[in-house]
Parts: sequence; C-alpha cells; structure tokens
Amino acid sequence: MDENELEQVYNELIMEHSMNSYNKKKLAGVPDFCEIGHNPNCGDEITLEIKMNGNVIEDLAFSGHGCAISQASTSIMIDTLKGKTVEEAKEIISTFIGMIKRETKSEEELRKLEDAIAFRNVANMPARVKCALLAWHTLEDILNGKK
Amino acid sequence: MNLKDDFPILKNREISYLDSGATAQKPKEVIEALENFYENFNANPHRGAYSLSMEATEMYEDTRTKIARFINSKHREEIIFSKNASESLNLLAYSYGLENLKEGDEICISIMEHHSNLVPWQKVAAKTGAKLVYLYMNDNFEIPEEEWKTKITENTKIVGITHVSNVLGTINSVEEIIKYAHKKGAITIVDSSQSIPHMRIDVQALDTDFLVFSGHKMMAPLGIGVLYGKRELLNEMTPFLMGGDMIEYVYEQNTTFAPLPNKFEAGTQNVEGVIGLGAAIDYIEKIGYDKIQELEKEVVDYAIQELSKLDYLDLYLTKSLEHHSSVISFNIKGVHPHDVASILDSEGVCVRSGNHCAQPLLRSIGIDSTCRASFYLYNTKEDVDKLVAGLNKSYEMFKKYLKK
Repeated sequence: MDENELEQVYNELIMEHSMNSYNKKKLAGVPDFCEIGHNPNCGDEITLEIKMNGNVIEDLAFSGHGCAISQASTSIMIDTLKGKTVEEAKEIISTFIGMIKRETKSEEELRKLEDAIAFRNVANMPARVKCALLAWHTLEDILNGKK
Repeated sequence: MNLKDDFPILKNREISYLDSGATAQKPKEVIEALENFYENFNANPHRGAYSLSMEATEMYEDTRTKIARFINSKHREEIIFSKNASESLNLLAYSYGLENLKEGDEICISIMEHHSNLVPWQKVAAKTGAKLVYLYMNDNFEIPEEEWKTKITENTKIVGITHVSNVLGTINSVEEIIKYAHKKGAITIVDSSQSIPHMRIDVQALDTDFLVFSGHKMMAPLGIGVLYGKRELLNEMTPFLMGGDMIEYVYEQNTTFAPLPNKFEAGTQNVEGVIGLGAAIDYIEKIGYDKIQELEKEVVDYAIQELSKLDYLDLYLTKSLEHHSSVISFNIKGVHPHDVASILDSEGVCVRSGNHCAQPLLRSIGIDSTCRASFYLYNTKEDVDKLVAGLNKSYEMFKKYLKK
C-alpha cells in the first residue's frame, strides 16, 4: 500500500465519522433490536441498536470500540440506511460487501451506497476488510433474522 | 555488527521487521539446511532399513541431542518434538493435567499467559473440578513476590508461568517461583517461547519440571515446537496422540507404548522442522547469546529512549529495565492500534496490533489492544528511527480529529 492509497482510506469523511460520530449514542426508549458485532482477532466490538417502524428502519445508533475504519464504517452505514425499508437496506448491504470484496464494479450500483462509497479503497487493504465489514455483517444478520 | 545480511528476506524486502515476537526471520543457514535435507537426505526416520532412512534418522535424533545440550537437559529423551508451544502445552494439559488433578486442586498461572498456556488449563479445571488461580501484576507490569507467595499453596498442583510476557516484555522471576512451587509440592511449567530466542535456558539450573517453546520464534521454520520434561515425570504420563511409531506391541484390543521420546511422537514428524531447528541453534551459538543480548540491548534501549520522548504515546513497560526483554507495547492516545499498524505498514514498518493472544492480560490493564514492536538480533537503530517517523506520521494524521 502506498501513501496515496493510505490517504484515500483515511479520508476526511472517514476520519470525522470515526473520531466524532453523532451516531455513537444510545437510542431513546427500548430498541427493537440490539446486537453485538465482534471481531475476536482484533477485539473490535460494536453494539447496534435499531428502531423499526413497520418495514422501515426508523433509527439506528451504535456504541463500542474499534479502529477508525470499523467505527466510521458503522457510523456511515447508519447514515446510509436510516429511513430505508428492510429490502432496500439488504440490497445496499450486499452492494457494500460486494464493493469491499471487489465483486461489485458497476458505478451505477455503487452510487446507491451514498457516503459509504468512501470505503471503496479499503478493498486495497486486505488486513482491514473485516474492520470495514463488521457493522454491515452484523446488521445483515439481524435483518435476515439470524440473530 | 549488522546481521541483516544473514537474512535473505531482509535484503529482498524493504522493511523494518519489528514483529519477531510473532515469528522471527530465518537466516540463510536455516533455509539452506532445509534445502540440503530434501536434496540429499529425505526419508522417513525410524521406518526404513536402507541407509538413506538411517541417515535421516540420525539427523533427526542428532538434533534432539543438540537441543538437549542447548538447554542442558540431563537426558536426550527428555526432549519431545511437537508442532509448536501450544501443542506442547496441550500435551501437558491432557497427559498430565487431566490424569492427575482432582476437585480441590489448584492450577496457578499468571495473568500474563498467552492463551496457549491458559485455555487448556480452563479445560482441565472444568473437567477435573480443579480451580484456576491467577497471579496478577502490580502497576509496574510485574508479578510481585507477595502475589506468588500467597497464591501458590499446598493445594496448588501445577504452576504455569511464561518466562517473558509476549505483550509487555516483562521477565518473570521464574527461578524463584519454581523453587517456591516445589516447596509447596506443585509441578512447574515454563513457557519459554519469548525467552529462548534471546537468552540462554538451562533447564537443570531452573529445575523446572516442564518447559515448552516453539522453534519459529528462534529462527527455525514454522511448525516445530519442543516440550522438555523431567524423565521420571514423562515416563509416568500417558501418551497424548496415538498412532504410528509411538507403540511397542499393538494387539486387536490393546497396545503397549514405546519408551521415551517416541511415546509422545505419534505419526510422521516434521523432520524438516527439526533439521531447521538444529540449524537455528547452530546460528544462535555461532553469534552467541552474549552478542545477541548486546545487539538487542543497544537497539531496545534506544527504542525505549526515543519512544519515551513521544508525549502522545502510552507505553506499557516495566520501569525496572533489567526485568525487560525485547518487546515493547504502546498506543497513541485515542488512536486505535490497527490504524497505527496500517499507517506504519505504509512506511514499511511491520508491527503487530491487537490483543496478542492475551485477552485477560489486556483486560487487566484496562485496554483492548496495543501496538507491539518486538526486536531481535537483526534490528538496528535505523529500524527504531523508522518506527518513530511512522508514529509521528500516524499522530499527525489523527491529531486534528482527537477529542481534546
């Protein structure tokens, strides 16, 4: 990884979200889902809280600790998926995972990721892929009813 | 003296390799020994009546003798080959722990243990009803004498202690702990994985009952480990893995086992690993532990001096440097170690980040993870300068986002 790639990953948006996220809080009231995502090898751990309104993800928040990439990825995921239906969210999650694993290449599809497209260069840092995917896999499991 | 030239990878890759605590790089002598074995001696030891197999057997068994001499064990059959330190410790947990412990007994280990000297004992405790007791550290990242003098009691049957912490570099007072454990009637297990690359181990002087280490941290190939045990204890133990070459007579319903050391070496062994370990020992003896320590001390002292100047850094290090080996754990305040490791990587500096297979230790310090720079005989002050430059770069990148 060279200098340029490093700066593309640690960009302004990711840094801001990782260090000072407004999504890092507790939801008011009892959330409909509250799940922990964990990367045992690195110790990153996040707790996702979700409030549903019918089929719509009305609100999300997170707490926990981890590296800049996992924290920012969680925060930006929340911005991207808030207000989406379960079906829309699942599609965006699958596009995001595809982007990080270098399977999704279509620019048109990637545009649906909104700010989360900022993580596309994490695909060049294999050691950090699981950091970027932690929150997305956790939410995917919740929406698929696995947890 | 700069030994980098002895290590092909350090010439082929432009890196400052500061992760020898995870695995050491290999000198060309070790790499050539493997090549020589496969080009001229490869056969299955103990199996063939033809001369090639006899020669392979001789190389394999000569290395056992070499290791016995290297750690000063009384008998060569006290050296058992395994896959790694973890397997050696599992062997002890299964073949000694499960067989000898009962309810009311205690296993005493330190909070500094690598998961490999911790998780197996949880299993032994759960299966036998024995209790797992921990030795904790003081604020200086050391286990104080009063801790082991109160925790090791007549109920203690096994004391397991790492010689050097893989996270903190703290050198534990293993000699005193072993003496005290014996006084209370316990047997002792020393994990010397992080010490044997850097300092001479004398099992008779230590008088430990068991000692384990992996080869790859002392420049041998990956996948070879050693268990040392006192002969009378190993003789009493049941085998761990069953299979070929560890038997005497096999009948349809029962088996008698081979004597030491074969009893504990089931199946075809990692012969190239053993040969490579022999070559690594030759290399260590060629340089000499005194010289290794001199080289390391100069670099590690310089690293501590330079890292201590960085206000933004937390160092997890004993103040008594005579109790410190060559591992330094640190964090940039407010920045996650994985990010720091990635930024250091972009500068060609290889450090480990994470919990280093020691979650209970990190939890006891109140942190989740650290960056860890671990040094070995090939590192130079230049490597330290690169580390410091990389850390400055990391801090600059994060500075404006850090909460004041």
